[in-house]
Amino acid sequence: MIPVLLLIIPLLTGLLLFAVKNEKSAKNLALLSSIATLTVSLLGVTYMKNAGYLDYDMEWMPALGSRFHVRLDGMGQILCLLTAISFPLIFVATYYNRYKNAASFYALMLLSQAGLMGVFIAVDALLFYFFWELALIPVYFLCSIWGGEKRIAATFKFFIYTFAGSLLMLLGLIYLYFKANQSFSLEAFYAIQFKPGQDTAIFWMLFLAFAIKMPIFPFHTWQPDTYEQSPTAVTMVLSGIMVKMGVFGLLRWVVPVVPFSSWQLGDRITIFALIGLIYASLVAIKQDDLKRLVAYSSIAHIGLMCAAIFATDKSATQGVMLQMFNHGINIIGLWIVVDVIEQQFKTRKISELGGVAQKAPALAILLVIIAFANIGLPLTNAFIGEFMMFNGIFTSKATAFNVVFTIVALVGIILSAVYTLNMIKKVFYGNTSELTSAGHDISFNVKLALSIIVVLIIVLGVFPKPMLSVTNQLSDAILGRMYLKN
Amino acid sequence: MNAIILSAIWGVAMMFSGIFLTKGEAIRAAAILGLVVLLGVNIAELYGYRLFNIDTRGMLSFNSFSLVFNAVLFGCTLIYFLLSSKDILKVGTNKAEYFSLIFFVLSGVSIASSFNTLLMLFLGIEIISIPLYILTGSDRKNLKSNEAALKYFLMGSFSTGIMVMGIALIYGARGSFDIAGMNTAMQQGLNPLLLSGLLLLLISMAFKVSAAPFHFWTPDVYDGAPTVFTSFMATIVKAGVFVAFLRLFDGAYGSMSDKWKLVVVIIIAATLLIGNITAVFQQSVKRMLAYSSIAQAGFMFFALFSYNDLSKEGLLLYSAAYCLATTGIFAILIKMKDYTFDGFNGMGKSNPLLAATNTIFLLSLAGIPLTAGFTAKFYMLSSAIKTGTYGWLVILAVLCAAVSVYYYFRVIQSMYFKEGDSQRIEVSSSFRLGLVVISAIIILLGIFPQILFYKLYF
Repeated sequence: MIPVLLLIIPLLTGLLLFAVKNEKSAKNLALLSSIATLTVSLLGVTYMKNAGYLDYDMEWMPALGSRFHVRLDGMGQILCLLTAISFPLIFVATYYNRYKNAASFYALMLLSQAGLMGVFIAVDALLFYFFWELALIPVYFLCSIWGGEKRIAATFKFFIYTFAGSLLMLLGLIYLYFKANQSFSLEAFYAIQFKPGQDTAIFWMLFLAFAIKMPIFPFHTWQPDTYEQSPTAVTMVLSGIMVKMGVFGLLRWVVPVVPFSSWQLGDRITIFALIGLIYASLVAIKQDDLKRLVAYSSIAHIGLMCAAIFATDKSATQGVMLQMFNHGINIIGLWIVVDVIEQQFKTRKISELGGVAQKAPALAILLVIIAFANIGLPLTNAFIGEFMMFNGIFTSKATAFNVVFTIVALVGIILSAVYTLNMIKKVFYGNTSELTSAGHDISFNVKLALSIIVVLIIVLGVFPKPMLSVTNQLSDAILGRMYLKN
Repeated sequence: MNAIILSAIWGVAMMFSGIFLTKGEAIRAAAILGLVVLLGVNIAELYGYRLFNIDTRGMLSFNSFSLVFNAVLFGCTLIYFLLSSKDILKVGTNKAEYFSLIFFVLSGVSIASSFNTLLMLFLGIEIISIPLYILTGSDRKNLKSNEAALKYFLMGSFSTGIMVMGIALIYGARGSFDIAGMNTAMQQGLNPLLLSGLLLLLISMAFKVSAAPFHFWTPDVYDGAPTVFTSFMATIVKAGVFVAFLRLFDGAYGSMSDKWKLVVVIIIAATLLIGNITAVFQQSVKRMLAYSSIAQAGFMFFALFSYNDLSKEGLLLYSAAYCLATTGIFAILIKMKDYTFDGFNGMGKSNPLLAATNTIFLLSLAGIPLTAGFTAKFYMLSSAIKTGTYGWLVILAVLCAAVSVYYYFRVIQSMYFKEGDSQRIEVSSSFRLGLVVISAIIILLGIFPQILFYKLYF
């Protein structure tokens, strides 16, 4: 029942919102709906976590062997929780932002939330594909209507990129469907026995879709433009949650389904992921635009996750699952700060800012903690995830280049410290500029959102055990599929 | 049988009704009534009620597939009438005749979906084609319309000639027009006469569905013809010829795929590439839709390429999805003054309902999930993958589908993301209702496509 509710609440409120005229009531209804979703998803991980509540199966397209089958498993719980926490945070932090046609804006936001939830809970491939697209379409409209100056071209590029990838994935899924005796269920996919070399084409078709979404170098070119042009609330959804769809897709629909190719091609993909990590970090250092800086930092972090997935190691796999959540929270925090700065000073150029800490001490303190988490310092949530990923890459049995990969990835982390701290130094310390001299501290709603994020960062950094126990069984299952084959 | 005879009778009746019915509204009502009756008797036949018992000596046979297909096409025509019949009346002075010609086309479609001999195929295709030549040129004072009609007629009669030649060769080889035994005849040994006959037949049919490289007439004819008839030609007629195609494959081509497969593969690849890539460069939405109809024909061709259970269902679904969406877009386009992409600028604000439904039609044509267009493409791709051959063709198809997003979404961008001085278009409430109904059907078929196949097997 829980997964269905997670889907239905945002979907119905989203549709309902199109009919609402009043801006304020639309805003409040959206906030209310997202809090209701959060409550349900918290119930799903605490009081109602036996299988009966978390699994729902219904006839859908009998002729095609596709069922409406949704389930919350370990990874699903983490990501649904991330989605459920993010939306209220986003709504609270951007509460005073004004949008024209606000009702439609919030309606589309909630529809994309429904699509995201669907992606994380679907265990039927065709259903998964439906939600995969359902999450994309509202975001396309959100960016194109409420975005910046060059929004139309940027989001169009984004849409065509991801749509081409999705179609290739669809082909791969159909191919698997015939391999799995005309069934789209995840279990049937996991039961397919490939011979070595037989699954290479399918691997590429599925991988491309997820690689574009994540994005992995060299498919990342849509991302900085789209992040820059989108309204910040949408950028938060994009980078906080939507890119996790790609990581999630790899872990659920690629690695366990076509294990042989994942094993065989893992090294090559890791190399590309690490090139992306270094490249994006270097570009981030040179960025003058805050939004682009955070966008490139996101590419770098995702590159590390991708490398960890193909390390095929338990520690790494669990690390990725944790890091998906942690990175989502942290980057939303960064975006909130960027949004505050942009709203207050009407600029995103680092060179035009400075000394914000004098004017907004609360913001500075909260940001520094979030920035530490972004770098992955101990006692913050990201440290656990990154440590586990490094541990996994270093001890991986899937590759002969453990040491090289680990060192390169570590260099990436050092670079991330360079650009993050550099940004803080230039924006928050030093002398105030013309623009920032009239600054004031953040309002209550932003303080609330950032404080929640900071609390999550520290709590999960000190006490990650619940997350680890939730992901334990699932990562064993995924790796079991991998070792079975080799 | 019901549909063939009744549509012919109604066509004749409509032709003479011009004498008694002078008011446009009355003619329109008569046409809609006729179509409702036609749809009714066709569905009645599906349940076993035959009004006419004529012995055709096996030249025509009606199975559930042809009847369901007829029902789908009649349903689409009904929606087309509801949306656009007022615009048909505006084309010229001979109001009743236009409707009667459409009824003749429908009669031809029902023959084409149920023929058993090549003779009947020829009759069906010609009964479809000849009224279309007239409809294309129906805007007599417009030079472009005249040019289009002449072009269409010349090219069309040429392809008819090729078809007759093919049929003659086949008759020469077998001494029979029957398509039933042709499969076995082919298997007994390579017969050059029969093979070349079938190839000629394939070419002439490819011409009728505007598949590349026989598509050159399409953009000019679709562009020149009165928009309201372009809508009819691009949708119902095209689907009707496709069902004839499929039936021909049923009898004649089915079991000798090695001999024609490569030809079909080349046609599909060329159609998809040319249709999609040329559509990208169009400035007029009407011409874009003409190229899009070529591109969509490429996808429908997959039904013939893969030729299995899935492809039959797929063609049925594809026809419904494509006809509904294209009819809807054309119905809106007819109301516009400016046919360029810029003409749609700002429509999201000035006409929210029209823009919203138009978006659903365009999403369906692009094949976005939750719309009928997606499930249709899904069936086609599945059926092609099921054959397990020509993997590159399927990949080409999805890449072309990604390209198609570009030109379909340009309209959406104009409507919603660009500021414009688009005027409020005054439309009747029944027109709005029609658009909403089409959108609802498209979404319903996008979630539960199986409702269309229910009568296919039970």
